[in-house]
Amino acid sequence: MKINADNKHFKDLNNEIRVSEETEITVENCLGQRYIASGMSGKKITINGVPGNDLGCYLNGATIRVNGNAQDATGDTMNEGMIVINGSSGDATGYAMRGGKIFVKGNAGYRAGIHMKAYQTHHPLIMIGGETGSFLGEYQAGGTIVVLGLNSQKKVPVGNLCGTGMHGGKIYLRCEELPEDLPKQVQAAPASPEDMAEINGYIEEFCGIFAVDKQEVLSKNFYVLTPNTKNPYKSLYTFN
Amino acid sequence: MQKEGDVRIPSGCAISGIFSRSGKKMNGEAIIRSITTMHDRSNGLGGGFAAYGIYPRNKDLYAFHVFYGSARAKEECEKEIMANFDVTVAEKIPTRKMPEITDEPAIWRYFGLPFEKLLKDTQLDEREFVARCVVKINTQIKDAYVFSSGKNMGVFKAVGFPEDVGRYYCLENYEGYCWTAHGRYPTNTPGWWGGAHPFAMLDYSIVHNGEISSYDANRRFIEMFGYKCTLLTDTEVITYIIDYLNRKQGLSLKEVADVIAAPFWNEIDRLPQAEREKLTYLRNVFSSLLITGPFSILLGFSGGMMALNDRLKLRSMVVAEKGDMTYVASEECAIRAIETSPDRTFAPRGGEPVIVTLNKGVDA
Repeated sequence: MKINADNKHFKDLNNEIRVSEETEITVENCLGQRYIASGMSGKKITINGVPGNDLGCYLNGATIRVNGNAQDATGDTMNEGMIVINGSSGDATGYAMRGGKIFVKGNAGYRAGIHMKAYQTHHPLIMIGGETGSFLGEYQAGGTIVVLGLNSQKKVPVGNLCGTGMHGGKIYLRCEELPEDLPKQVQAAPASPEDMAEINGYIEEFCGIFAVDKQEVLSKNFYVLTPNTKNPYKSLYTFN
Repeated sequence: MQKEGDVRIPSGCAISGIFSRSGKKMNGEAIIRSITTMHDRSNGLGGGFAAYGIYPRNKDLYAFHVFYGSARAKEECEKEIMANFDVTVAEKIPTRKMPEITDEPAIWRYFGLPFEKLLKDTQLDEREFVARCVVKINTQIKDAYVFSSGKNMGVFKAVGFPEDVGRYYCLENYEGYCWTAHGRYPTNTPGWWGGAHPFAMLDYSIVHNGEISSYDANRRFIEMFGYKCTLLTDTEVITYIIDYLNRKQGLSLKEVADVIAAPFWNEIDRLPQAEREKLTYLRNVFSSLLITGPFSILLGFSGGMMALNDRLKLRSMVVAEKGDMTYVASEECAIRAIETSPDRTFAPRGGEPVIVTLNKGVDA
């Protein structure tokens, strides 16, 4: 079914989505309505326009596709399901995410994957086709973040202080050199065949969703960042 | 009613700005539509607008917008204004009675120039003379508050939601090449008309989303140079800092951004020598003007607009361009509400100023 979001307050729009018995819903003329599909499972939602902050927060199995850009905190604390952004996403994409997948075709803002975590079978993924801002994977405790830097002119497709506070999980960066300012508590190494095997399925999924050539994605090197357990964080914020 | 100075207010807020580089004039309807989209970011305790190029017939005169809480305040303030300025127009600012806006003060405006003789006697530059008069009125005359004091620009603000404030001031009747807007979310006070944004000093106006943690360090420093931070709000101190650095010290706006949202030392260390030396100099000389904590601001000034985020980018800000138009807002939806197909949309990095100015030769 189609829902016209024109001039609708987020409460009304979200209620309409929630009470609908249909499982496939298209939202037209979306403009800044927050919390869309919050906590939702079992539905497939397509959004035309610009959804507001906290799109798919606490998502619990639903699938969301946005034809356009998303704003801040997309997938905030999501648990399960998938969010596809056929454009760019704002700051704190995948904030405290603990399961499910987020695929962004374009860029993500600052602090993508902040506080991301994993537990037992829950293993979240954020995959960014373009670049990200600073503080990628800040305080990351689990899960996987992949930044492809497709169409990026920069040597490194991430901003400053990537992985600050990282103490779990993995960050994959597709680039020929590492960020200059990696924190000492993060260790970096070229991706091993085992590392690449881990994300092979994810890359295939990304390429399928956005019609990107897999060979091109694999034509550059990947680095893998993980927490350096021999050099853990302490007294980090006493120096500025 | 308690004023801002009595209680501290952290705030949430929304900002939006529109700028035409070719000087094309727009009335206030578009900026109202834009800020309306972000209604839920404010709570009805403050909204306001700044508009540039709106007083073409009096463009060479200072336009003072003043709130009065009492008849005595008006009498005293007008005495002060008339003693210092050759005032050619004194009138009530037109407003629309509406149930959403209550407890209005009397709102007046005056157009005038400082008396030549006084400028000579005081040996002050014209703008400094005006700034001192404004500070004097705002600190010494009870219940009088000058909230706008630039040439060919004006601030319009009130307690209420921004879309209501825009209608209240009949902004459809003003035409400017630049508009900024603010929706406020103060959480600790009843809100006060003077405490709404934009804050203005001369032709500088600031709308601000955030809460700075360096307020007291900034205030102590800036008060050494004749400013009085009477409202205890961070936006007021940011306005004075920009006035001090740009007008008094002659720093470029890019340099101002490098002072208030300075790069971290470890970033500076990695830069080429010339840049490293310059940034080291700025950080050392103006260390007390580094603004820390989250902020996203829009600075309006004669002929231009600057958008800036704090260096850690703890607040959201999106910029879009379409032809000669530049749009900035806390959320992309506020831009899409008035421009459905921008040529380019991007989020500036923390501490990276976006500065737009009128094209060469445009006199707006």
